[in-house]
Amino acid sequence: MEFKTFVFYFLAVIMVFAALRVITVRNPVHAALFLVLTFFNAGGIWLLLQAEFLAITLVMVYVGAVMVLFLFVVMMLDINLDRIREGFWSYLPVGALVGVLILIEMVMVLGGRYFGLDAMPTPPAAQEGYSNTRELGRVLYTDFVYPFELASLVLLVAMIAAVALTLRKRKGVKYVNPADQVAVRREGRVELVKMSAEKE
Amino acid sequence: MNFVVPDFYPAAAEIFVAVMALVIMLASTFARSIARGLAYFLTQATLIAAAFITIYTMQGEVTYTFSNLFVSDLMGDFLKLMIYFSMAVALLYGRGYLADRNIDKPEYYLLALLMTLGMMVMVTANHMLPLYIGLEMMSLALYTMVAFDRDSARSTEAAMKYFVLGALASGLLLYGMSMVYGATGTLEFEGIAQSVYQQVANETVLMFGLVFLVAGISFKLGVVPFHMWVPDVYQGAPTAVTLVIATAPKLAAFAMAVRLLIWGLFDLAEHWQTMLMFVAVGSIVLGNLAAIAQQNMKRMLAYSGISHMGFVVLGLLAGVVNGDGHFALNAYSSAMFYAVAYVIMSLASFGMIILLSRVGFEAENIDDFKGLNKRSPWFALMMMFVMFSMAGIPFFIGFFAKLSVLQAVVAAGYFWLAVVAVVMSVIGAFYYLRVVKVMYFDAPDDISPIQAPAELRVLLSANGLAIAALGLAPQMLMSLCAYALLASR
Repeated sequence: MEFKTFVFYFLAVIMVFAALRVITVRNPVHAALFLVLTFFNAGGIWLLLQAEFLAITLVMVYVGAVMVLFLFVVMMLDINLDRIREGFWSYLPVGALVGVLILIEMVMVLGGRYFGLDAMPTPPAAQEGYSNTRELGRVLYTDFVYPFELASLVLLVAMIAAVALTLRKRKGVKYVNPADQVAVRREGRVELVKMSAEKE
Repeated sequence: MNFVVPDFYPAAAEIFVAVMALVIMLASTFARSIARGLAYFLTQATLIAAAFITIYTMQGEVTYTFSNLFVSDLMGDFLKLMIYFSMAVALLYGRGYLADRNIDKPEYYLLALLMTLGMMVMVTANHMLPLYIGLEMMSLALYTMVAFDRDSARSTEAAMKYFVLGALASGLLLYGMSMVYGATGTLEFEGIAQSVYQQVANETVLMFGLVFLVAGISFKLGVVPFHMWVPDVYQGAPTAVTLVIATAPKLAAFAMAVRLLIWGLFDLAEHWQTMLMFVAVGSIVLGNLAAIAQQNMKRMLAYSGISHMGFVVLGLLAGVVNGDGHFALNAYSSAMFYAVAYVIMSLASFGMIILLSRVGFEAENIDDFKGLNKRSPWFALMMMFVMFSMAGIPFFIGFFAKLSVLQAVVAAGYFWLAVVAVVMSVIGAFYYLRVVKVMYFDAPDDISPIQAPAELRVLLSANGLAIAALGLAPQMLMSLCAYALLASR
């Protein structure tokens, strides 16, 4: 076996195992950590495909930012596992049937017959000095500038949505603005009153 | 590295709406005290101005720009105009309702505008990527709008269901798109059509992808077997939001179906037509039968919406018979006419619920319409128009919509389909007529006069009259649909 093939199978086996554990493991924190493992292996496979920029982005963005945030959320929430598992067994037969059917179809279609090497030959190797990052940057800001800008607006929608749904101004809270506190001057608090001295 | 700056002219309306969304966001941040009214008026002004821009930049021929990611054609322009119109009407109807419940925040109008932008992008997409991004922009804004009444447990639940199922449907759609890409090597509709036509693409893989595409489209249209979210979301969402969900997104979903299935995969028509046949029959049967059992008006209208969307699908599947695309134009324009007619009727029906609601009271049960004739004969008449039109009673617009779809189906030789649709429509007439009976023959429980802002009364009356007037002269709208489709291909 070629070394590259060995690396591929090594990564793929771990990835499938980790992905399975994400949905079977009981503890949500462990599930999130298995998802991190899945992302790492997917990044490795992308590296094998010479998509180094995407691989690094996947690890940096998903593992570094998204999953860490996700872990925080999972740890903060008090998830009641028994309530989530309620009804699991009653839904299992239907769910399993649909899942197995889709799996069989996927194996039939996505197996080697239609996506094997004879159907999809290996693309020619990139020439010397070819830079993935550079090419991505080039098409992102030229040919695909329209969806690129739209994607930024989708993120804006998500931001507005998050703020609109969570920002609450509560009434009757004795909150003091620290900036106001710091900015307090003597004149605002102490009033000197001039009065004539009292004589006994 | 020879890059030519794209022609922005055909996309002027999209760019304008995007810029205005940012302007409204900043304006309502800096003018907090008047932000609510300001955001509303700016949104309405933007919709009206966008309509003028769309009309002004309308070109007779099909134009591509942004390296073929964007297409400007008459079908897109027509649907965009309908989307502006229905969004503007829906926002106007909903304004008082939202203000009564203290959820008319500037963010609501901002999301509505960004949702409009998402739909515009979907309608003008010539590539899977903008189509999907537009879809997500629309859906994300909608999920939020459903959850906008944060103190209501029911709307939060509806938003959660909508979000989870919507995410699943997006996943299915993306998976289908990836399969089509795997088979054809392109995401552009024209390229896909070419590749399928020349039979270079593997048909098994295409079929596999097609199943997922049809599933995704069915979810967005809200048809059987992907209809489960419709009743719950319609009922749980604030009525003003239900009004938005039930109107413009249906047009965008229709455009998505046309672009994906007809523009992209026309040569697989026989396969997707068979799938759509199950979808259409299921929707018409289930929608009409389940609506009979409903006591809640919003739920009833949701099931009726499922059956109406079944009719739209019926029009889409009657295009090609035995490889002959002779009837295609007729069938697709009848489906488009049906979608437009449904939007007009749907606006009026949910508008009536908003009209009868007031602070702390939702007129969402059929019993709340009891004796409406005694309280307001005029609006009882309007509601009767809407119900008659939805039931398909001549001579309202709904009748001609059903008629043109059925004609297309019969012309395509699916006689049994037409029979099923007619029988189910007759059964369906029962629950529409029940509302009319309740309005005219039952004694009112509540005799308080209707309190609603003048603009809602005026526009709702115009909407009701339009249903009747378009029913007397449906030819104009019908030929507009046919012409828009003809000039786009």
